[in-house]
Amino acid sequence: MNIVVCMKQVPDTTEVKIDPVTGTLIREGIPSIINPDDKSGLEAALVLKERVGAKVTVLSMGPPQADLALREALAMGADEAVLLSDRAFGGADTWATSTTIAAALRKLGFDLIICGRQAIDGDTAQVGPQIAEHLSLPQVSYVSELELAGDSVVVKRTFEDGYQRIKVKLPCLLTTLKDMNSPRYMSVAGIFDAYKKDVQVWGLADIVVDEANIGLKGSPTRVKKSFTKGAKSAGKVYEVDPKEGARIIVEALKEKFVI
Amino acid sequence: MDFQTDKEHSLLQTMLKDFAETEVKPLAKEVDEKEAFPVETVKKMARFGMMGMPFPKEVGGAGGDNLGYVMAVEAMSKVCGTTGVILSAHTSLCAAPIYEYGTPEQKQKYLPALARGEKLGAFGLTEPNAGTDAAGQQTTAVLDGDHYVLNGSKLFITNAGYADVYIVFAMTDRSKGTRGISAFIVESDMPGFSIGKKEEKMGIRGSSTCELIFENVKVPAANLLGKEGGGFGIAMKTLDGGRIGIAAQALGLAQGAIDETVAYVKERKQFGKSIAQFQNTQFQLADMQAKTDAARLLVYKAACNKDARLPYSVEAATAKLFASETAMEVTTKAVQLHGGYGYTREYPVERMMRDAKITEIYEGTSEVQRMVISATMLK
Repeated sequence: MNIVVCMKQVPDTTEVKIDPVTGTLIREGIPSIINPDDKSGLEAALVLKERVGAKVTVLSMGPPQADLALREALAMGADEAVLLSDRAFGGADTWATSTTIAAALRKLGFDLIICGRQAIDGDTAQVGPQIAEHLSLPQVSYVSELELAGDSVVVKRTFEDGYQRIKVKLPCLLTTLKDMNSPRYMSVAGIFDAYKKDVQVWGLADIVVDEANIGLKGSPTRVKKSFTKGAKSAGKVYEVDPKEGARIIVEALKEKFVI
Repeated sequence: MDFQTDKEHSLLQTMLKDFAETEVKPLAKEVDEKEAFPVETVKKMARFGMMGMPFPKEVGGAGGDNLGYVMAVEAMSKVCGTTGVILSAHTSLCAAPIYEYGTPEQKQKYLPALARGEKLGAFGLTEPNAGTDAAGQQTTAVLDGDHYVLNGSKLFITNAGYADVYIVFAMTDRSKGTRGISAFIVESDMPGFSIGKKEEKMGIRGSSTCELIFENVKVPAANLLGKEGGGFGIAMKTLDGGRIGIAAQALGLAQGAIDETVAYVKERKQFGKSIAQFQNTQFQLADMQAKTDAARLLVYKAACNKDARLPYSVEAATAKLFASETAMEVTTKAVQLHGGYGYTREYPVERMMRDAKITEIYEGTSEVQRMVISATMLK
């Protein structure tokens, strides 16, 4: 079985600083990590590899520095790594990104594609589902458990207030949640092997893709404004009985024209 | 000359830090207070290839090198000195001499299990009357047919009681002095071999330090390590390597104490401002870090020499001397900068200070290191 895990390298912080002038992320000085949802997806793939045997390929799109995230994946136990890196891919929104990655997946071949639910720097949760659409694949998002059942996978799709158990036939695409497992550490042997292996770097010339749908030019999304949320004030505390409490709340909501 | 950490080792450091912070640090206080040997941590280190770091994959190792190994000892010791020395004694003092001096059969029998961490290793040289003067061995080994019979005892043996494989030194011919000492691979379950008194120590309290007792222990002749009479050379060479490990332990303790202190001085307020804003604090921290960085270069240099198969005896002695004395000085200053709190068990720096002291003593005291270094200078 061929499993491809799509990964993004992201800044290691949930409080990403944004340049107030350009509205883009300030990446300098922030260490980069494998996006947590993706890393759990990789762990799930590696568990499947151990149980039933599989080839696990990690695929990422990003600048040359994203090589580090792929080496980490190799050191955890992935078999092969591909980095999509080309100036032509730069500035991509989710549409252009998913178009590019789908093209690479067509070239790679797959039985199962695993993407993290969403990246901690963009939080769109769009790329995984869009890839499935480009490739006309069945997809299940928010996966927290995964088991192989013949030519299908049985997954648990988790919501805030419940879950679904879904059987889906391969080939398919899953998006995984970081809480589904604790990703293993890299092994020492894996680390020393990771740099003996080859990370394939694919550019525009290496994939078949419509150039009108990639990179900044192929991105329909326009960012109007990016800003950091202001700090919340401390709030007021009333120690009153429930009836009086309800009255205060209703009054406050009216004051703000909420009701 | 290249002082940059290469990509492999840089990735390794990321993994080691992650492992140490998550798996080792939370247990360090309890390991110390309860003198609890961290059995589970050793198993986890084994699972990720840390117990056989510098050995090739063919013998069960991780296919890494000595630089990676000292980085591992450093990273563990930064958060727990006990864990650092368990790793160091196992790798440098037991697996390494078997790898260096073992016959193909001995390597095949013992190395894979040691390198994979399925078995733990130890080293028995010191005796009640043979410490720095290692030549004063009283333990004897007498050849009797196809085996040697060992009698005597060893003292202050790291990993004793938890180790499965011991490198033990004994006199096979007292008339020859140091040339009458031989090395043996002894298994923990060989009849007549027992563990004696467990030491109660100032620091590295979770590490097991005990007496070894040999009463007519029959050790197969096939377990003679190296040649008969070649034991003293093996012991000295093995300790050269071990010193790099202990130097790395000292380095880790020093950096760990600095990291704790940097966090503390930013929080602690006196006279209306954080103590980090006082110039005394700033200058102390700068001195602590400068010395620790210098120690790191010496430790890494010694490890790189060993990896390159260059002489490393003097480099190891220099690294151990400087790193251990730096560790003692830095941890003492760390306690001072913590003030009264530093003297309590609420903060880890008092443990680090207690752990640091032993690095000036074991695997060759600072005085022995000075002898090694100056002997080369005056030759």
